[in-house]
Amino acid sequence: MSAADVSVLQRPNDKLVRRRAFNRGMEVLAWVAAALAVALLGVLVWSVAKRGASELNLDLITKSPAANEFSLNPTSGGLANAFVGTFIIVGIATAMALPFGILVAIYVNEFAPRAVKNFLSPSLDILNGIPAIVIGIFVFGLLVVGHGQSGLAGAFALAILMLPLVARATIEVLALVPNSLREASLGLGVPRWRTTLGIVLPQTIGGILTGTVLAVARVAGETAPLLFTSSIVGTSTSWNPTQALQSIPVAIFELSESATPADHARAWAAALVLLLFILFTSLIARWLANRSRRKIARAG
Amino acid sequence: MSTLDATRETARRPLVGRRVHLGDVILQVAAGGAALGTVVLLGLLVYKVVQGARLSISTFGLGFVTHVGWDPLHNAMGAGNLLFGTAVTALGALLLATPLAMGIALFLTELAPRAIRGPVTALVETLAAIPSVVIGLWGIIVLGPVLRDHVEPALHSTFGFIPLFGTPSSTGTGIFTAIVVLTIMILPIISSISRELFLGVPGELKEGALGLGTTRWEMVRGVMFPYARGGIAAAMILGLGRAVGEAIAVAQVVGAFDGGVSWNLFNNGDTLAGKIALEFQSSGTNLETASLFYVALILLVFSLAVNVLAQVIVRRVDRAQGRTV
Repeated sequence: MSAADVSVLQRPNDKLVRRRAFNRGMEVLAWVAAALAVALLGVLVWSVAKRGASELNLDLITKSPAANEFSLNPTSGGLANAFVGTFIIVGIATAMALPFGILVAIYVNEFAPRAVKNFLSPSLDILNGIPAIVIGIFVFGLLVVGHGQSGLAGAFALAILMLPLVARATIEVLALVPNSLREASLGLGVPRWRTTLGIVLPQTIGGILTGTVLAVARVAGETAPLLFTSSIVGTSTSWNPTQALQSIPVAIFELSESATPADHARAWAAALVLLLFILFTSLIARWLANRSRRKIARAG
Repeated sequence: MSTLDATRETARRPLVGRRVHLGDVILQVAAGGAALGTVVLLGLLVYKVVQGARLSISTFGLGFVTHVGWDPLHNAMGAGNLLFGTAVTALGALLLATPLAMGIALFLTELAPRAIRGPVTALVETLAAIPSVVIGLWGIIVLGPVLRDHVEPALHSTFGFIPLFGTPSSTGTGIFTAIVVLTIMILPIISSISRELFLGVPGELKEGALGLGTTRWEMVRGVMFPYARGGIAAAMILGLGRAVGEAIAVAQVVGAFDGGVSWNLFNNGDTLAGKIALEFQSSGTNLETASLFYVALILLVFSLAVNVLAQVIVRRVDRAQGRTV
């Protein structure tokens, strides 16, 4: 073969140029897609911050709404009832879902026979996939019909949303705990329950905490489950979960349906507080996750 | 007593470690009870929704699913246009979100410089954490007017010959706004699942393709997409399920209109989940409440089907690729 032939092979032909150009185009599109997602987040956060910041003051959190709330006569007043309500409802929901979710995870990972495990695990996924509005309707049919709305009913609805999240997160970290740890403990004569609760579970606290914080961040912004279970409220601030309590997401929803600009302004302010809370908790969760991952890596 | 008998006697005695502890029983019963409780909860959920819908089921039967119109005054209700609106919004969102999500996932796994990889991943995941009610609020007040004034007229004048892009809306609400809002909501779901799938593609397959002289895109199309195909399908199905079930943000922007079925994306419409969110509290008659339960039942059946389908796909792909679950 002569030298000239080799140079022909080395020279990029038309087809290769076209292939490279196409590749370049696709790469640019991928960059654009990622930039678009980040820009969307930026625009969303900036929109909320710009419109909410002016209304953001201490009165928003400390004062109850003035009477005639959500009417044609928007006056002063804050959304203290919504902040208190969300705090109570999410707190009760966490208190219900956390122990229950951990127990489910312990059963799935430590006790369940394989067949049962293969049934329970998809059940959690199915529960996780049920639309929040359907859960709201279910809790309405279960607890509200005949008894009326209450913060407890709302908390129960949110707990159903949290349960698969907490259980799934706990199962994942329980599976990471090395079996040698269980065997060592059992081999020393420590009973099964003390091995599980005293040796295995403490290893997973970081992961459980991460999952719980993420679940709290998720349900704190949920509107649909509360719409039929805890939304018919007055304007006074109540700490009593046996009554219907206002919540931040429901308040935003109702204010956003209003036609008055002043209501919109307060909706933006409430959205800003909610957003800050969720971004903050997501950061905490990320930090916790990194910490516990490092810890497990060290132990393993 | 012979030595043999003594040995037998010892062997018959239970080992200390085998003793049944009360604590073991309590923990096992509590954990098992919680697990059983979860399954019971699922069953109770299905039962309660069916029970709530019974009046409507006996009145309308299966015809409810296809009947168009919602007229509580004349006891004539159906989910036909709600199903239509749900299908159009959810499929539209899936159509917009999937290519974008693929681009984001490929960017994060193949293209992004190491320094921005972590932060961009975190930002995309943060997008998923924004509550639907906040996205909905932004959708009506910020996004709606922009779409109405700029995007919809542009689409109409360019693609007006397609019935989908008819006369722009006058309010900024409508099916199209709902599609855009849903796209934003399912984008991070599909992209983060896809990112994990792409990370799982074995390096030697990718290197093998590149070593044969493919461009990066040809490697992605020839190796990564086929390898992650099943997972991507499952991610799309989960995204679709999320879009179908989203009530609040859609209720805020879709415009809630029962006028029937319209192919113009810029018209107002209504979806299954959105209808429940908007009508349930103001529901006047028992039959209307039962009908909204019926709508919830359709959503429930759909979400169950979506989940089972996604799990079947994932399992089949895992088996085909010889991975253990």
